[in-house]
Amino acid sequence: MNARLRWRKLVSNFMLTMTGVCAFVCVSVLFLILGYLLFNGGTSVNWNFFTKLPAPVGEVGGGMANAIVGSAKLLLAASLFGVPVGFLGGIYLAEFSGTAVASVVRYAADLLNGVPSIVIGIFAYSLVVLPFKHFSTFAGAFALGLMMIPITLRSTEEFLGAVPRMLREGAMALGASKWKTISTVIVPAAYRGILTAILLALARVAGETAPLLFTAFGNRFWSNGWNNPTASLPVMIFTYAVSPYEDWHRQAWAAGLVLLGLILIINILARTILSRGIAVPRG
Amino acid sequence: MGSRSFLSRLREGDEIARLITLIFAAMVVLITLLLVYELWVNSTLARHKFGLSFFVTRVWDPVTDEYGALPFIYGTLVTSAVALFLAVPLGIGASIFLAELAPPRISDTLQFFIDLLAAVPSVIYGLLGIFIVVPLMRTVIYPALNKPLGFLPIFKGPSYGVGFLTAGIVLAIMVIPYIISVSREVLLSVPRDQREAALALGSTRWESTWKVVVPFAKTGIMGSIFLALARALGETMAVTMVIGNTPTISASLFSPGDSIASVIANQFTEATGDLYLQSLIGLGLVLFLLTFVINGLARLLIIVTTEKGSKVSN
Repeated sequence: MNARLRWRKLVSNFMLTMTGVCAFVCVSVLFLILGYLLFNGGTSVNWNFFTKLPAPVGEVGGGMANAIVGSAKLLLAASLFGVPVGFLGGIYLAEFSGTAVASVVRYAADLLNGVPSIVIGIFAYSLVVLPFKHFSTFAGAFALGLMMIPITLRSTEEFLGAVPRMLREGAMALGASKWKTISTVIVPAAYRGILTAILLALARVAGETAPLLFTAFGNRFWSNGWNNPTASLPVMIFTYAVSPYEDWHRQAWAAGLVLLGLILIINILARTILSRGIAVPRG
Repeated sequence: MGSRSFLSRLREGDEIARLITLIFAAMVVLITLLLVYELWVNSTLARHKFGLSFFVTRVWDPVTDEYGALPFIYGTLVTSAVALFLAVPLGIGASIFLAELAPPRISDTLQFFIDLLAAVPSVIYGLLGIFIVVPLMRTVIYPALNKPLGFLPIFKGPSYGVGFLTAGIVLAIMVIPYIISVSREVLLSVPRDQREAALALGSTRWESTWKVVVPFAKTGIMGSIFLALARALGETMAVTMVIGNTPTISASLFSPGDSIASVIANQFTEATGDLYLQSLIGLGLVLFLLTFVINGLARLLIIVTTEKGSKVSN
């Protein structure tokens, strides 16, 4: 083995090791984040956190019960708006549309998906907050729902398109109408994939803060109904983290831990649904 | 299908279903158009008053009602540049490991963690930014860079912990998952024969990767970088929490600054005058156009590469 070859092998081994180091560093960030949140927030996640309202400014204690309920309401309303639009739009793309219309809708969805969340917030503000003249759960849910549409739409289309032709033709051969085929054969065959996508979309918007700042705004008390400003976990984390109070920082960590735990659980759940007993071959 | 009459299809629900789903699909297009329209109309005042000078004015003063976007555009670009500078080598290195070296099982497991990392919301990154990166900046990063390299304008001056560099570091961590996921996918789509041919010619494993596989996937990797750039430009919460929120233009990366997204997040609810609010919406329009162009480029590059891969292998 001459010196040149030895040098090349050395370089090869060194560089390949470095790529491994890169991968290790990137993945370890996830565990660092989890570790820090557990360490700093673990002790503050207690019964009060889930059941009490925020304490008045300057007082120690209190919890984030209103923010937890607020987030749940926002996510529920956002799903009721975003999922049907994305799902039914996706069915149209996969089953009914011609290529020209499909590419326009697809383009619009991709564009919407790339819009920065703060700009979505501005849009929801000018469309919902300005006419009603006040912040509300509705406005926040509208913004979050908007962000769910492109993800749901594109993956519905993708998973419906991946259903084998034979299933389709089998149903048609038995005399089923097109709609009957879609609703009783194709959608059930693809439901795991679609459910996964919806859960992932939900997990993504659950942590969104920027679109809520001037739509759902915030609230230190319970929010009545759907037409009032409401607290939400992500916005609470933001306000508490940038505040000067030690006790609020402690609660921000706790809220961060709860929020991230929730999001990671939804993510893992969604991916297990997809990987187990999948009815649709991928690709 | 064509032979059946419209009425019979209507009775079986086909036409109704088509119509209903069409309405929802059309809604997606309409919403997107409406978004652009609202941004345009609601920034009319600012656009008419300032015109193109909006982009070169350094003043942002609600008291005298004068608004210029320059400091924010500068902050957005600088933080994104820092983020890419840090994230690109790390992300591409990791994606090479995942696509070329790691056995499929390990690669998939690591990719799973990377996907989870991408799911961490930005406000959590901001939280860690404030309480971990900012103190680290003061005690470790600033002395390490300022002492030996302080003669360079970008490392000059005092550090307050918050600033362009801090925001850039947090952004880098946030966009790495996007670079890795897309680059890995692109690298995996490079046909096997390319690697085998290089190895057969006597190149080492690294040479085949770096001189054959990576150049083959170059456009797609560029696409992943543009995708990450678009994310970095539009990122709001994490940046807001660590950038310092003062509209300054300074060559020093230690200086506090502000970005388009974070000034909107901070001042939108306080904007009292019409011109003030419309200037902020105008900034939103600028941000929208910026990400629109970058995202478009990213998508184009990724499509081109994956098609190239499938063409060669067929």
